[in-house]
Amino acid sequence: MPPPAKQPNVRVVTLTIDGRDLSARADETIIEVCRENQIPIPSLCYLEGLSVWGACRLCLVELAGQGRLLAACSTRVTEGMQIQTNTEKLQRYRRTIVELLFAERNHVCSVCVSNGHCELQHMAQKCGVDHVRVPYRQASYPVDSSHEMFRLDHDRCILCTRCVRVCDEIEGAHTWDVMGRGSDCRVITDMAQPWGESDTCTSCGKCVQVCPTGALVKQGTSVGEMVKDQHFLPILARRRLAQ
Amino acid sequence: MNLDDLADLAEQYRAIDANVEREVRVCMAASCQSSGAAPVRDALVAGLGESQPSCKVKGVGCMGLCSAGPLVSIADRDGSLEESTIYRDVTADDAADIIASLDGPPVERLRCPTDQPFFARQQKIVLENAGIIDPDSFKGYVAVGGYSALIRALSEMTPADVLREVTDSGLRGRGGGGYPTGLKWSTVAKMPATQKYVICNADEGDPGAFMDRAILESDPHRVIEGMAIAAYAIGANKAYVYVRAEYPLAVERLQTAIRKAKRSGFLGNKIGDTQFSLEVEIRLGAGAFVCGEETALMASIEGLRGQPRPRPPYPAESGLWGYPTLINNVETFANIAPIVREGGDWFASIGTERSKGTKVFALAGTITNTGLIEVPMGTSLRDIIEVIGGGIPGGKAFKAVQTGGPSGGCIPAQHLDIAVDYDSLKTLGTMMGSGGMIVMDETSSMVDVARYFMEFCMTESCGKCVPCRTGTQQMHGILDRLAKSQATRAELALLEELCEVVQATSLCGLGQTAPNPVLSTMRYFRDEYEAKLGDA
Repeated sequence: MPPPAKQPNVRVVTLTIDGRDLSARADETIIEVCRENQIPIPSLCYLEGLSVWGACRLCLVELAGQGRLLAACSTRVTEGMQIQTNTEKLQRYRRTIVELLFAERNHVCSVCVSNGHCELQHMAQKCGVDHVRVPYRQASYPVDSSHEMFRLDHDRCILCTRCVRVCDEIEGAHTWDVMGRGSDCRVITDMAQPWGESDTCTSCGKCVQVCPTGALVKQGTSVGEMVKDQHFLPILARRRLAQ
Repeated sequence: MNLDDLADLAEQYRAIDANVEREVRVCMAASCQSSGAAPVRDALVAGLGESQPSCKVKGVGCMGLCSAGPLVSIADRDGSLEESTIYRDVTADDAADIIASLDGPPVERLRCPTDQPFFARQQKIVLENAGIIDPDSFKGYVAVGGYSALIRALSEMTPADVLREVTDSGLRGRGGGGYPTGLKWSTVAKMPATQKYVICNADEGDPGAFMDRAILESDPHRVIEGMAIAAYAIGANKAYVYVRAEYPLAVERLQTAIRKAKRSGFLGNKIGDTQFSLEVEIRLGAGAFVCGEETALMASIEGLRGQPRPRPPYPAESGLWGYPTLINNVETFANIAPIVREGGDWFASIGTERSKGTKVFALAGTITNTGLIEVPMGTSLRDIIEVIGGGIPGGKAFKAVQTGGPSGGCIPAQHLDIAVDYDSLKTLGTMMGSGGMIVMDETSSMVDVARYFMEFCMTESCGKCVPCRTGTQQMHGILDRLAKSQATRAELALLEELCEVVQATSLCGLGQTAPNPVLSTMRYFRDEYEAKLGDA
């Protein structure tokens, strides 16, 4: 007789998302289950391979029986959940959030090197943002071109902190961080010194690759060349975990 | 140590001042100090000299009526505030008159009647020692029965007994949310973990609120005792007080209290000769409103940037450094010793059906008696403002009261008869909050009020989530244009929509409640918004 099967310590649950019956592991988040099943959930700060940040609020979903919206990236699935990912209300909120992002800094796509390859631009198109109702802040932030390979343009930054997390969690350098409060927040290298003078930066370029917009780009690239590759991240993250 | 030993100790401490029959108590809390209490005390000490050994000058905590400070009270040694003679607006020059009157009739020109509703209508549990004991004196606290609740819990009760009393008391979190304290404690107690933490949230940052500050400045040992009982009940051996650095006097008194409690064996290893140990440390907050939010507060203690994280997991499950953590507000902890001492049923007999006990409020704004009061839950707003607070000065009419700080809202005159508790305030679109009340008269512009609170939320947003970071900014922009009569009707509609989005989508309580002052003023004073429209 074979020995009794060892019980796995993670349960499998069933839930419905947009009316579809799905099964998932209890340690998965809603966004992971959605992506597995090709259910589109918009998100800007979430990136597979990095820790969950929960800040862009675009992945909010509705849960039956609960008034408060849940962030799909930071909520684990539970048995019997009934989730709606694309209601009229959610679409309206997402549009407004994207508009707020556009108005916060000077996101002018026509003069951006990431034009056509920008996740914010893509998100606006997906959410149906064809104009911005709130006034642009017109705050002027400096561009940091002190690094020999890369450039940082605060005006294009949406503070998703992907660069901060990838540098800390994958590269292990923790060159990036955030300073300031509210809309005055900005990403910094080391102790807010020019990127080119950073002692900790390894020039690995991971931050540039994961940046969703034109805030972090390679120097001297044209619009056609500045295509970002984020496929390396889940593979790297898994390898790190396996070690 | 058992209760009898503690009673003996209290008796010894009382015997030190056995010859003192009367006390001249000078309020040395922050408000009275800022209006010159220290020179008054010095003048009284110098004036009294050694002439009357039966009379002693003592620095005490907050007596409540901050608008009349510096306050001095003359009381029998064990006398309560109401039984004493209170002098208001005392200066150093008045010291001679006060000393001269000690054996005769009181100085009428300085007298502040104690039979007035401000004193007579209060019921003090949290503030029972405030204004009576010297907050820096460990002996003084023990002499009035301090630490007896802790010793009783340790020597006569199991942690489950303590949890039962707290649950029976019906106490709800005084930080604003009103979450049942007993439930929170038992959740943390049930978590299997090798390490647990207790945190006292003293990061009070609402405009117009100074309850926690006054409690810490008046009776710091009381808070420590409550924390120690909580730690015993949930199985923690390490506690933090997260207090903002803008409260230097509270921090100093807390430090003194922790040091003295430790030296006397009420903190540290093997408290009261039992197996229970507790270390209490102070963590200073650099002054960010968001750090009052529990997950941001814990991040700050851990040395990280004070930003909230999504919940769940709640701190009870995964808190400080991933361990189960109990976070309560200062006032919540200050309620614990009386609950253990008198029993949960006693506490539950005070207040309303769903909100038990008393609540400390800070009265501010255009009101005759600004200061600190403690009343039973369910007291009507009218009683608080018109009777206890003395109404609006200068013959002006009452317009609204703002409760709950930037997370709360404004209550207009037609709802003044509402009984104040957690649930009734929510039905009016505001909240209890930690207990700040800002009273406004007819001259206040509600659009300006909304703009003020939105500016606060905008500048205090941590910047993590998009709706709070930039939504509050856009809302402030519209309110600013409204206040200048430049906004259009379309912008007003946009403001309402932004309120909805920021409320529904923000990451933490700061953003989710930021639109409340706008929504509540719009609900009750919409005409003022309409009148300010540029294209009206």
